[in-house]
Amino acid sequence: MRGDDSLAPHATGSRAPSYRAYLALAAAGFQRYATYRQATVAAVVTNSVFGFLRFAVMLAVIDAGTRTVAGYDNRQLATFVWAGQGLIGVVLLWALPEFAERIRTGDVITDLLRPIDPMSQLLAADLGRAGYAVLTRFVVPVVVGALVFDLYAPRRQVTYALFACSTLLATLVCFSCRYLVNAAAYWLLDVRGPQTAWTLTSGIFGGLYFPVWFFPDAMAIGLIVATPFPSVIQIPLDILVERGSPAVQLGLLGVQAGWVVTLLALCRWVQRRGERKLVIQGG
Amino acid sequence: MTVIEASGLRKEFTVRVKSGWLRRRTRIVAAVDGIALSVERGEMVGYIGPNGAGKSTTLKMLTGVLYPSAGQVRVCGLEPVPQRTRLALRIGVVFGQRSQLWWDLPLRDSFALLRHVYAVPATEHAGRLAHCRRLLDLDAFLDVPVRQLSLGQRMRGELTAALLHGPEVLFLDEPTIGLDLVSKQAVRAFLAALGAAGDTTILLTTHDLADIERLCRRLVVIDQGRIVHDGSLDELHARYGSRRRLVVDLDEPLAAPLALPGVTVESTQANGRRITYALDGTTAAGDLVSRLVEAAALRDISVLEPDIEDVVARLYTRQAAP
Repeated sequence: MRGDDSLAPHATGSRAPSYRAYLALAAAGFQRYATYRQATVAAVVTNSVFGFLRFAVMLAVIDAGTRTVAGYDNRQLATFVWAGQGLIGVVLLWALPEFAERIRTGDVITDLLRPIDPMSQLLAADLGRAGYAVLTRFVVPVVVGALVFDLYAPRRQVTYALFACSTLLATLVCFSCRYLVNAAAYWLLDVRGPQTAWTLTSGIFGGLYFPVWFFPDAMAIGLIVATPFPSVIQIPLDILVERGSPAVQLGLLGVQAGWVVTLLALCRWVQRRGERKLVIQGG
Repeated sequence: MTVIEASGLRKEFTVRVKSGWLRRRTRIVAAVDGIALSVERGEMVGYIGPNGAGKSTTLKMLTGVLYPSAGQVRVCGLEPVPQRTRLALRIGVVFGQRSQLWWDLPLRDSFALLRHVYAVPATEHAGRLAHCRRLLDLDAFLDVPVRQLSLGQRMRGELTAALLHGPEVLFLDEPTIGLDLVSKQAVRAFLAALGAAGDTTILLTTHDLADIERLCRRLVVIDQGRIVHDGSLDELHARYGSRRRLVVDLDEPLAAPLALPGVTVESTQANGRRITYALDGTTAAGDLVSRLVEAAALRDISVLEPDIEDVVARLYTRQAAP
């Protein structure tokens, strides 16, 4: 390298992006969302308003005799709804298909020209975004819910740690699913179809519109194990309201971890195929 | 040292054409049709051609985002597509029509992020950034989010972003497109200085031939996927018969036309009192002037240098040299 103030090329040598690159990308993801404060306010207000609506519907189905429904009591159900409203923002269940748009317009080639693959770039940024969402979009609905209703507080200390792990895994599962929807643009260009399918299935089978335990038990277990949707909303909330023993909770974490590994591997494979298509056919 | 080396480079695309209610015919179109190119370290090469000639396709193959259908290509000794991420550390790319900056972040933060993404040592980064800030006048908008920058400001940011990791080769795809005159001049002056330093290899595609005149000693012209000229601008003029022109104003029309080798009358106006001669270089302009002075009373003369736009337009429309 020459003097300090020149544009001389970097001396040829081994140089590879380190973990700092991912931290910096995550910080940028955090900062990006922190820039739009009004959007954050709008989102938490919306999530809170819908919290009232959803909880009102839930109360209507509670069995008057046992004061429970599908194994949840009144307080657990309140927590399920309000923490769920916060979780939507953390996992970012509904996001604009930005990456699909980059594929459609061809901007994705600038992502390919970086020394880090596009999926890792997006994942790091998404984790940064999720960090910001925990501080804003999760906290506000939970506080609102706690002020107005009697929420269920976990009895076991370890539940908090398990819930934190589960939320992280849920974020990764949700990221992967969204990524797959977006990557469909390599072949379809317009991803409104897959996007709509994801929105509907994740809401119905993921525990957002109602807990999956409202389905017959066999179906609920089948959904939890055999589909990734409950790993996004249902499992973290079941862990938070301590449905089942610590062993069951650990088992649920295992299910989530399994989906994370499977889906990230699938994302990587799809990205490779998509890149191959782009690189060989020229998009 | 050869930095860019390509031979027999070819890229075919499949195009589907509607040929009936449901039937589609597939046609193979070669966007790049057997290109050989060799660029030495520190060279600044202008790569021009009409729309659809295959410029961007070549650039994409050289940077590793498009796989050649045939032929060999090496950039910095690497195979672009299989070794794309390694190559990314050693090249910089600016696409005039796309942005590599983070839309929501201030320019300053985009640059800091790039430092980590490319694992650039802090002092090296600071040195290069200081250099760009000075030459490209970035200070006024360093803290403005990219989405609020004007096109000229953004392009200066893009150039900086492409250079912060100290690339050995800089690929520029229409870097002055849509810029106003002042911004164009700023970008050109910056690139001229970078080229003069002599250690960054630059490949520039453009439709603005003033870019080429100002910056590139070597010019590669591509048309319909093939290289039709590779050499200096002067060689291009010589080859395609671009001519200097001499316009003379006389008091009276000439009694008899002048006969000098390599001199032709292009037009006469004002009843023969204004004559435009085209010179192919066989006879010097001075000789023509002295013959004219002998033959008639000369009132005014002006010499027109060959126009690059003209010669390139002729090249594009494939008008053969006379």
